[in-house]
Amino acid sequence: MTGGSTTGDDGATAPSSGLHEERAAWPLWEVFVRSSRGLSHVHAGSLHAPDAEMAVRNARDLYTRRNEGVSLWVVPASAIITSDPDAKDAFFESPQGKDYRHATYYTKSEGVKHL
Amino acid sequence: MTATAIDTRADHDAAGEKVFNDIIARDSRIEPRDWMPADYRKSLTRQISQHAHSEIIGMQPEANWITRAPSLKRKAVLMAKVQDEAGHGLYLYSAAETLGTPREKMTEDLIAGKARYSSIFNYPVLTWADIGAIGWLVDGAAICNQVPLCRASYGPYGRAMVRICKEESFHQRQGFEILLELANGTPEQRAMAQDAVNRWYAPSLMMFGPPDEDSPNSQKSMEWNIKRFSNDELRSRFVGMMVEQIKVLGLDLPDKDVRFDEGTGRWQYGPLDWNEFKEVLAGRGPCNAQRLERRREAHEEGAWVRDAASAYAARQAAKPTTTKAA
Repeated sequence: MTGGSTTGDDGATAPSSGLHEERAAWPLWEVFVRSSRGLSHVHAGSLHAPDAEMAVRNARDLYTRRNEGVSLWVVPASAIITSDPDAKDAFFESPQGKDYRHATYYTKSEGVKHL
Repeated sequence: MTATAIDTRADHDAAGEKVFNDIIARDSRIEPRDWMPADYRKSLTRQISQHAHSEIIGMQPEANWITRAPSLKRKAVLMAKVQDEAGHGLYLYSAAETLGTPREKMTEDLIAGKARYSSIFNYPVLTWADIGAIGWLVDGAAICNQVPLCRASYGPYGRAMVRICKEESFHQRQGFEILLELANGTPEQRAMAQDAVNRWYAPSLMMFGPPDEDSPNSQKSMEWNIKRFSNDELRSRFVGMMVEQIKVLGLDLPDKDVRFDEGTGRWQYGPLDWNEFKEVLAGRGPCNAQRLERRREAHEEGAWVRDAASAYAARQAAKPTTTKAA
């Protein structure tokens, strides 16, 4: 498992080569939007904000300008734990060859109603 | 523009390269944590950050007209559009950041004059009809360019483009409506609309970038499935759309060479002034200095707000957790 955002940024890293500024960068937040009641929050994108409250406000302005949502989640990108991308073959290997986990594997019952 | 925080050891990862090539060959998508060639990363970082800068600088020519828009409705529409441009810039900066370059670095490169943005935003917006022509021609050209980018091989870029394209079509329609209204107005209004179209036509055709034979990056970009069509292909397609749409406006395209070439199946257009394009891109267009100065001013004058927000966040975080009143 590796920490860091699903979008690849490991969160705030202060740039040191600032022309005009030598201030820490605002942390990165991942934004999830619930588009209507009954649906899950879905990842919409990310933004920078100094704190959670500003992240929610910025998320509203950035990702719901056209009534795209009824609820927002913001999550510090650095708090997201991802599966290791380099080990993805091994990690997701288990279901391979296990077609019997799908209904389509069972063909003998074809034509039988309500099954 | 250089990307920082990149694991350069990965550049020589043969296994990674094979996976990358397979993904591209299958026309699937590359995601941020995948191995990618250094050139792919560099080229994308340049393209996406330039695209982001264009959206942000693009706010200026139109924002200048908000106070002079002819009605409350037009002001509201223009404000919404300018706000969208800011949003588009932010989606794109986010996408570029996933390649390893911090946002502050991109902003600083822009205001230091080290980064490029679309040459189109260095032209002056002289009349209200220009706002119409920008929406119709400039946003129209942008859409034509951006729709195929929704399928760009780099996942975050493609996803940002999908969002942007959905929002962009209102921009073009509102511009078209401004022109349509003026074209059906008084003779002076009609002349103003035609004049705006005359001035914005060639620069908007040049938005697609240099001719194919003079566009060295295009080939690689197409091999990587970032670009799907060549500059000239897209430009020709755009001309074909404009030919039809201008009939509805009842105005004329300022190009007597426009015709459909049966042989190539492409729309032909008159010669474009590529020296002018290079001059504007090199920073010597009519408004380059003004646009950058304004961007620098906004960034520097807004520094205290960013500082205050950071200080507040730090103070809140340092506070001991207080027990909530019942």
